[in-house]
Amino acid sequence: MSEDYKDEYILDIIENQHYTTHTILSSLLTVQDDIGYLPKNSINVVAEFMDVSINDVWGVASFYLNFRFDPPGKFNLEICWGPSCHIGGASELQQTALKKLKLENQGDTDDGKFTLKFNTCLGACPQAPLISIDHKLYGKMNSKKFSKIMDELI
Amino acid sequence: MSYESLKNDSDKRWQELTKGNVPWIRVSDAMCCGSSLGSDEIIEVLKTYSKANNLSINIDTVGCHGLCYAGTIIDVLLPGNPRVFWGYITPDNVVKTVDSYITNNKIVKQNLLGSLGEESIKGVSNFTDLPGVKYQSRIALKNSGNIAFNDIYQYIANDGFSGLNKALNSMSSGDVINEVKNSGLRGRGGAAFPTGVKWSFMANSNGKKYILCNCEEGDPGAFNDKGILESDPFTLIEGMIIAGYATNSTNGYVFIRHGHEGPIVRTEQAIKQAYENGLLGENILGSGFSFDIEVSLTGDSYVAGEETALMESIEGKSSRPRSRPPFPAAYGVWGHPSTINNVKSLSYVAEIIRNGSEWFKSTGTESSSGTAIVCLSGDITNPGMYEVEMGLSIGDVIEKLGGGIPGGRKLKMLQTGGPLGGVLGSDSLKVKIDFDEMAKAGAILGSGGIIVVDDRTCAVDLTKSLVAFCQYESCGKCFPCRLGMTHLLEIVEKISRGEGKIEDLALMNKIGKNMQAGSLCGHGQLGYNPISSALKHFQKDFEECMNGNCPTGSCEKRNIVFPINTRPNAWQAKTGQVYQGKIKTGTGDE
Repeated sequence: MSEDYKDEYILDIIENQHYTTHTILSSLLTVQDDIGYLPKNSINVVAEFMDVSINDVWGVASFYLNFRFDPPGKFNLEICWGPSCHIGGASELQQTALKKLKLENQGDTDDGKFTLKFNTCLGACPQAPLISIDHKLYGKMNSKKFSKIMDELI
Repeated sequence: MSYESLKNDSDKRWQELTKGNVPWIRVSDAMCCGSSLGSDEIIEVLKTYSKANNLSINIDTVGCHGLCYAGTIIDVLLPGNPRVFWGYITPDNVVKTVDSYITNNKIVKQNLLGSLGEESIKGVSNFTDLPGVKYQSRIALKNSGNIAFNDIYQYIANDGFSGLNKALNSMSSGDVINEVKNSGLRGRGGAAFPTGVKWSFMANSNGKKYILCNCEEGDPGAFNDKGILESDPFTLIEGMIIAGYATNSTNGYVFIRHGHEGPIVRTEQAIKQAYENGLLGENILGSGFSFDIEVSLTGDSYVAGEETALMESIEGKSSRPRSRPPFPAAYGVWGHPSTINNVKSLSYVAEIIRNGSEWFKSTGTESSSGTAIVCLSGDITNPGMYEVEMGLSIGDVIEKLGGGIPGGRKLKMLQTGGPLGGVLGSDSLKVKIDFDEMAKAGAILGSGGIIVVDDRTCAVDLTKSLVAFCQYESCGKCFPCRLGMTHLLEIVEKISRGEGKIEDLALMNKIGKNMQAGSLCGHGQLGYNPISSALKHFQKDFEECMNGNCPTGSCEKRNIVFPINTRPNAWQAKTGQVYQGKIKTGTGDE
């Protein structure tokens, strides 16, 4: 898949990134925001652009948990398991999602339709438990409501 | 442009908005109360409604009133009338709620929260009589919910930037530092270090210097930093410029986690408007002082909120803490002197300068001036973001503002100051919200998050989720933390499954001590806190779980799946994509 994005294309994205201070991290964030993941060659392009070694870039890319190296699923589903959501019943939502998507832990479904991620805090604790679908938050979730949303997406 | 002409201009616009002939609808929209409940759709519905009915209405998005439980809140100001507030608004009921008031002056009683203004309306209670409003005293959040987040003129009309104007025109940088020192303002990020003293470390160095504002805020249960940036980013920007002037700094960074679009977009917009009005950049308000601010984003990493890890992240590297000394005031971001303040600490600065240190000192308690922004969540009737005066007891916050525990259940535990802050028992209700009082009780006020837990939850179950969080978020630099957290999680999970032994408690203590001694930053040093504090109050729960009798059954019922992680992360290792490329020789990061 990574061959789909030419070096020139990636260079163009990072040269026009909207961050004022250009760093390895800001360049990688820009690539992922645009493409949805970090294609293999983007590591080289960022290294070239920042004038650092590939190892430096790879170190940053593998450190932050939001970076991924293959295309994400069509729907990006996140379930929060922070303490507020945990006591609010996040585990039921997790189990519902795992069962419906036939997964054992966070990850991508085989058909490439879903990426399931367990998030440590989605940041809107009064509305716990929370999920997010493609970065839009849905609060005060319960397994019934969640099942319905999932069925619509599947 | 001079401050006076800006102020005149803004006052005129404000007059037009509040005393003109057009109704003004304010929709409260922040992550904590609006956007997770569909407030953006509400605004769309309102716009369509005004267009379809040919009505001229001003619609603004404002910040959080603190009453997150009643989200989404909207209020309508009709010319010559007080503001009328409704809660629990959805895209479906919004038109029904406002229509009869706007067209007929008839107030819909359903979901009505009250009215706010000099005069009251017959049959409508005052908004300020709501317990969630009455017991708040707002300083940092005084504009939140009242002004649009994207209109600098509304901020200026409400005395915005007058603190900056006062500092630039009538005070030396030393005066500003002294004023902040005298006010007794202490850092709201967790360490509670006096802000003025922190600034004074920076005063004597020259050249490029940085003011860093920390809004990483990964603490589950805390959302007040993001709340401030979404509700009123201008207060923070003004505070940062004043901090820059006091320390003679040249640049500022607002540091936010990537993906939190609300705070990011709104802060960027506010910075842009400040530049356009000569409040940032070269020669601010004609004073000769110049200062620049930009937003810097980090990837998903909790430790990035640690001050030296934050600087690594701004430089674009992995956010792992540096060893100290050298301290940031001597060698900070890009090697330049830097000072790091929490969003909340900086948000008090403008008001302190405007009203004087004596005024601030007179609020709160002897050792903790001012207010605390408390985030209530968990098993509580009215969760919210409440700014309360220091000195109020935790019990008052939970009973008066939070409305107590729902369903007649009993309070069991309180989790304060983020996952590393520890657990308190129900005997802690008398403890006052105050940095020192809370430390004495074995907890930290930290970021202000209080998660309320009732008697349906087993202490082992809660501890397990806290330890799993700390394990997941260890940056991996110091092995006592990296391996220790994993080991602790294994043991707690074992206890939770009913397979623990009494010797495990001593083993956990040993691991915890090692982590404390052998870790560079607070994450490892305090990583044993959730367990030790839970053991202090609830050892019985641990012992019962070991025998396979979880006291509440929650250990068994809540079949939670923790994503185990050791950086570099398992999520990627699973895909089997280890990069094999040509290694370019390079020195990296001089």
